[in-house]
Amino acid sequence: MKQSVVTRLAASEPSDQLVIKKRSRVAETWTYVKRNYDLYLFILPVLVYFAIFHYIPMYGVQLAFRDYNPIDGILGSKWVGLEYFERFFNSAYFWTIIKNTVVISLYSLLIGFPAPLILALLLNQLPSQKYKRFIQTVTYAPHFISVVVIVGILMVFLSPSTGIVNTMITFFGGEPINFMAKPKLFSTLYVFSDIWQTAGWGAIIYLAALAAISPELHEAAMIDGATKLQRIRHIDIPGIMPTVIILLILSLGGVMSLGFEKVYLMQNQLNVSSSEIIATYVYKVGLQNGDFSFSTAVGLFNTVINFVLLVIVNRFAKRVSEHSLW
Amino acid sequence: MNAKHTQKSWSDAVFDYCNYAILTFAMLLVLYPLYFVLIASVSDPTLVSGGKVWLWPQGFRWTGYEAVFGNSAIMTGFRNSLMYVVIGTAINLVLTLPAAYSLSRKDLKGRGIFTFYLVVTMFFGGGLIPTYMLVKDLGMLNTIWAMVIPGAVSVWNIIICRTFFQSTLPTELLEAAIVDGCTNKRFFFSIVIPLSTPLIAVMVLFCAVGYWNSYFSALIYLKDHDLYPLQMILREILVQNSLDTSMIKDRALLEERQHLSELIKYAVIIVASVPVLILYPFLQKYFVKGIMIGSIKG
Repeated sequence: MKQSVVTRLAASEPSDQLVIKKRSRVAETWTYVKRNYDLYLFILPVLVYFAIFHYIPMYGVQLAFRDYNPIDGILGSKWVGLEYFERFFNSAYFWTIIKNTVVISLYSLLIGFPAPLILALLLNQLPSQKYKRFIQTVTYAPHFISVVVIVGILMVFLSPSTGIVNTMITFFGGEPINFMAKPKLFSTLYVFSDIWQTAGWGAIIYLAALAAISPELHEAAMIDGATKLQRIRHIDIPGIMPTVIILLILSLGGVMSLGFEKVYLMQNQLNVSSSEIIATYVYKVGLQNGDFSFSTAVGLFNTVINFVLLVIVNRFAKRVSEHSLW
Repeated sequence: MNAKHTQKSWSDAVFDYCNYAILTFAMLLVLYPLYFVLIASVSDPTLVSGGKVWLWPQGFRWTGYEAVFGNSAIMTGFRNSLMYVVIGTAINLVLTLPAAYSLSRKDLKGRGIFTFYLVVTMFFGGGLIPTYMLVKDLGMLNTIWAMVIPGAVSVWNIIICRTFFQSTLPTELLEAAIVDGCTNKRFFFSIVIPLSTPLIAVMVLFCAVGYWNSYFSALIYLKDHDLYPLQMILREILVQNSLDTSMIKDRALLEERQHLSELIKYAVIIVASVPVLILYPFLQKYFVKGIMIGSIKG
């Protein structure tokens, strides 16, 4: 009773120093929570949501260490330790899917990472603002088109019988190529269609960083007779380096987490030898073959590798350049 | 001095020419495939596959679009996608905005714990199977809830909104409101929300486009074709090439049918992309601003 009087007092008169001093920290927090209960109500649904949709599945990860049996449930299933991990490491697919995941990721990184950077540097130097905006509008657009449509366009264009690309090849006297059926071409098709879709969008963040560079630097350089190329090299590039490094860390850390959606759509029986990646393998083993435990083990292996990679890359970047994520 | 000056302007002139050329080329590289799909969708398919269509439609016709709009699977998919977009986006914003506002308040006790609790899930997750089993246990399998609930909140969006609130709402505003006896609830609804139009526009765009374009949850959680969103139908038509021949009314010739199926592919690409591409120029002025706010101070 006494306590509630005190808190009520504090709530109505925050300036009453005497009362505030007497309260312990717990009581202070309690008063705060009571007075701002609506802030906690705002965040409560999201906390519950994450508990259900993120923390419960995390708990479900123990499936990877158990021989899952639907009748006994997760906890009732037999504990088998690392059996599924061993099975995965010893399986015939292991090296193939690791190799495919890394090759496609590194290839995208190598070609795909500089593309938006170069686009932004060039756009930033364009004298006509109107034309710059127009090019931006056009190059952003593919970002909003779905993966299904992108892969659909790719397949329609590359179709061996009716596609425009093969029509051109035969017009110049070549033999039509069944692009989607060639394992060797898979990563190239993946990477370049990805650049087509995302380079414009990726340039936004660099353009923002470029806009933040002080115009005085450019003015001073111009008075000293620096050409545009020199200004790009000595002002623009150093100016956006922190942004570049952060994004590079993120993409290097994500080398093993190549997304499912596009690869799965582009995959077929003929190119599967170079298009089976961890994510598609997890899907096929788990949901198509119903091997829940094995699939979870492969997924967990992937999560752990991703995290370790991110930590290593971040530490390396910190040592080399003084820029890092945390 | 004079020589240096001319040399410099000469170098810059060359640079500008090259720059214009490269960027124009890049722009055409992006634009032309889209333009080609558009003209091919209203051209004679024989001429398209014969390589006769380059700049303008040849043998103009609407048959592709007629077949698309006459197809019940595509239309059902279209309606389903619209429904998922509207419900999903609404749930998304209703959950994300208030939570992000709370987290943007520097005085919130427990802010650090809440942020940590959310950010952990960006690095660790149960993965495909445990999530699938959860959705199954919740009885959401093969219902519209599986399409809108499991992806309803993303940490990334919360961070973007939180940063926006932190950087656009001056603390004096809140202090003044509190002095006037305004509650947090009222402050949020009558001051924060009206001041956040650019943010809300960006969030609506991102969420709506995300729901419209995704096929993954449908692939995993839906069995019933009547619930399929448009992207799943598109996948069947464009990628798996399993066009339901009953959609073609005139079955005169096999070749004719094959040509029509090509035409339908072009038309369906346009039909599926137009809603999103129409939305985007209207919101463009907001989203560049929105992304920057979210990213710079990340």
